[in-house]
Amino acid sequence: MAKAAVLNEGLKTFRHGVHPPENKGATSGRKIERIPFVKEYVMPLSQHIGAPSVPIVSAGQEVLRGDRIADPGGFVSTTLHSPVTGRVVDVGPRLHANGKMMPAVTIEADPYASQRTQPQERPDPARLDNRAFSKQLQEAGLVGLGGAAFPSHVKVQLPEGKRIRYVVINGVECEPYLTCDDRLMVEKPEAVIRGTQLLMENTGAEKGFIGIEANKPDAVASLKAIAPREIEIAPLEVKYPQGAEKMLIKALLGKEVPSGGLPLDLDVLTNNVATTAAIADWFDLGVPLIERVVTVSGPGIPYPRNLMVPLGTPISALIEYCGGLKKETRQLIMGGPMMGMTQKSLEVPVMKGTSGLLALTRVFQADAVEYACIRCGRCLEACPMYLNPSRLAQLARMKVVDKLPDYNLMDCFECASCSFTCPSNIPLVQWIRIGKTMVREAQNKK
Amino acid sequence: MKNSRSHNLVLSTSPFLHTDASTPRVMGDVLLATIPLILAAVWFFGIGVLLVVAAAVAGAVGTEWVFTRGRKQATLPDNTALLTGVLLGLILPPGFPLWMALLGGAVGIGLGKLIWGGLGQNVFNPALVGRAFLQASFPTAITTWNAPEQGLMQVSPRIFATPLLQAPADATTAATPLGLAKFTGEITAVFKLLVGNVGGCIGETSSLLIILALVWLVARRACDWRLPVSTIASVAVFSSAIWLITGKENANPLFMIFSGGLLFGAVFMCTDPVTTPITTRGAWIFGAGVGFLVVLIRLYGGLPEGVMYAILLMNAVTPYINGYTQPRQFGGATE
Repeated sequence: MAKAAVLNEGLKTFRHGVHPPENKGATSGRKIERIPFVKEYVMPLSQHIGAPSVPIVSAGQEVLRGDRIADPGGFVSTTLHSPVTGRVVDVGPRLHANGKMMPAVTIEADPYASQRTQPQERPDPARLDNRAFSKQLQEAGLVGLGGAAFPSHVKVQLPEGKRIRYVVINGVECEPYLTCDDRLMVEKPEAVIRGTQLLMENTGAEKGFIGIEANKPDAVASLKAIAPREIEIAPLEVKYPQGAEKMLIKALLGKEVPSGGLPLDLDVLTNNVATTAAIADWFDLGVPLIERVVTVSGPGIPYPRNLMVPLGTPISALIEYCGGLKKETRQLIMGGPMMGMTQKSLEVPVMKGTSGLLALTRVFQADAVEYACIRCGRCLEACPMYLNPSRLAQLARMKVVDKLPDYNLMDCFECASCSFTCPSNIPLVQWIRIGKTMVREAQNKK
Repeated sequence: MKNSRSHNLVLSTSPFLHTDASTPRVMGDVLLATIPLILAAVWFFGIGVLLVVAAAVAGAVGTEWVFTRGRKQATLPDNTALLTGVLLGLILPPGFPLWMALLGGAVGIGLGKLIWGGLGQNVFNPALVGRAFLQASFPTAITTWNAPEQGLMQVSPRIFATPLLQAPADATTAATPLGLAKFTGEITAVFKLLVGNVGGCIGETSSLLIILALVWLVARRACDWRLPVSTIASVAVFSSAIWLITGKENANPLFMIFSGGLLFGAVFMCTDPVTTPITTRGAWIFGAGVGFLVVLIRLYGGLPEGVMYAILLMNAVTPYINGYTQPRQFGGATE
């Protein structure tokens, strides 16, 4: 605690938030390792926010690593590329991380192929206007790699006459355990800076920021060493959820994104740091989004690591590479421990938004006793959106649906700081999610 | 390859981490903070005070147990009934009859908490409800004060009084500093109030130990510091104003703060999360209100002391304070 306080002295941040244990030590110093190719890859058509991609291959077809296998299914949708050289064996339902059978393209890797990436055709970014640049990001299959997987081209395409002043790159990585962005910044700082410059040039931004929590001194140093003057490398206070877009902007610029609005309203464009590096990879190397860094960690993993993983790899392969699951493992989480999703099956594939794979040996909710709310107010002091989670959860529990919007229910982005901090173990964010569903249902009825 | 089935992986929704803090531990921290006060009371008033506190605890815990038996989840382990009993015991006179203390504990939990629906539902501080009941029922017993420093082994004969019979008299009674100030105009030295060797309730007399308890509670995050701080600051502001304008000796702000139950009330009663505002702005309003009422009652009311009624009155308006002090919307109206 004392160490963190010294580290945080005088650093920018947002108001409220919580300090979960960081637990990054097991992997923060480990170089990214490339996982060996496996037999079969499953590429779900829905691995981003928006409409599913539309497959353009059929069973039996040969594909090269980097080839397009699915086109965008609309504006808010993106392209998929084959993560391996091999043969399409199936276009049909496969198990998705959301627990359902979802349409996917399944590819069997060619065991004799070199698996070298084939550079794709792409134009010179300097000559592209905003619309064409945005189109290129869609072509490269780029989405937010922080976890939300929102198609990048949608963010980058500006409304007519709109000017961007600041490009804010999110290298905060505030979720405990995760170190994939940290390692990427340490090992590929050139791609991060280059991607930032491409975004700034295309949008006409005057200044770039790369926000990084101060617990990643190596990442800060490696970027500072090569950053040009117009890009500020900004160490930020270590506090969850510093990496939330609105909290990052609040910390760096002191401004609040309007309720229900976008960073665009403040002339700001935000982008995840790994996505930014992927933009550089597309224009400089012709490599679309076919692989990503995944942190495999947690007390249930014998050898925690940061892995470079082709998309579509089953999570069983990652776990096996890291020594298998320890027998005391009770929960397997895709993403971070604050906002991730539990998994039951190891067949589920790594997708574009998969930042981590964590094996935990305790199940807090199942093990904890829930006490009555004593109105201590810790959830109010934790909520970065200044909400009253205690009241929201109470209203949701009592099904007082028409009152929920009065307490700005829809401003909640479900960071789970309230549930984390509640001494009575009340599942606050869980009730708030139920409340949101009830409000949406009520609106649809009208 | 080990498969998922051999692990029986549990599905649930995020978050998958939780703070170490828990409600029983918060209550436990407050209980720990009362231990030095109890020891000091033994030193000043003799070991008899332990019996008084124990009687109040027995009343509170016993009542909680009787009425929550058979519930799916036991409520005694949350430590709140125990805490109510201890806090009630500490705001009773050192020679208070045990049967009355027991009854006070029972009423505090029964009418102060359970009747509202249990922990988290009550509007009034249960320990203060218990004391208000005792004050109304036994006005003489609750205003009879033992003189301090009559020997460590002293047990006041009054505490063994039985219902409906004439209580045995105590040889050594004394007036409290507030009583002296109100009825004789005598002001007790602040140093004596800091140490605590004056007449008063069991846990209230040593200002110094109460301040140390506050530091501990804040360090342990067991209370919202704004509540005690705003209460004490409010008393300082209002009493200073009256002191300067009217020159009333007993409005001396230092005397006001260190005498009677103000510090104890500010640190142990105003910090009860259930009956005080949940919002930060509400906490300031609550404390300001308590301080104002304390000064008003002490200086212009019929009673020498007003902390209990001040807090109970502010408890009553807490739901309204909460309603009017909801936090500002992020990205809503400009700051």
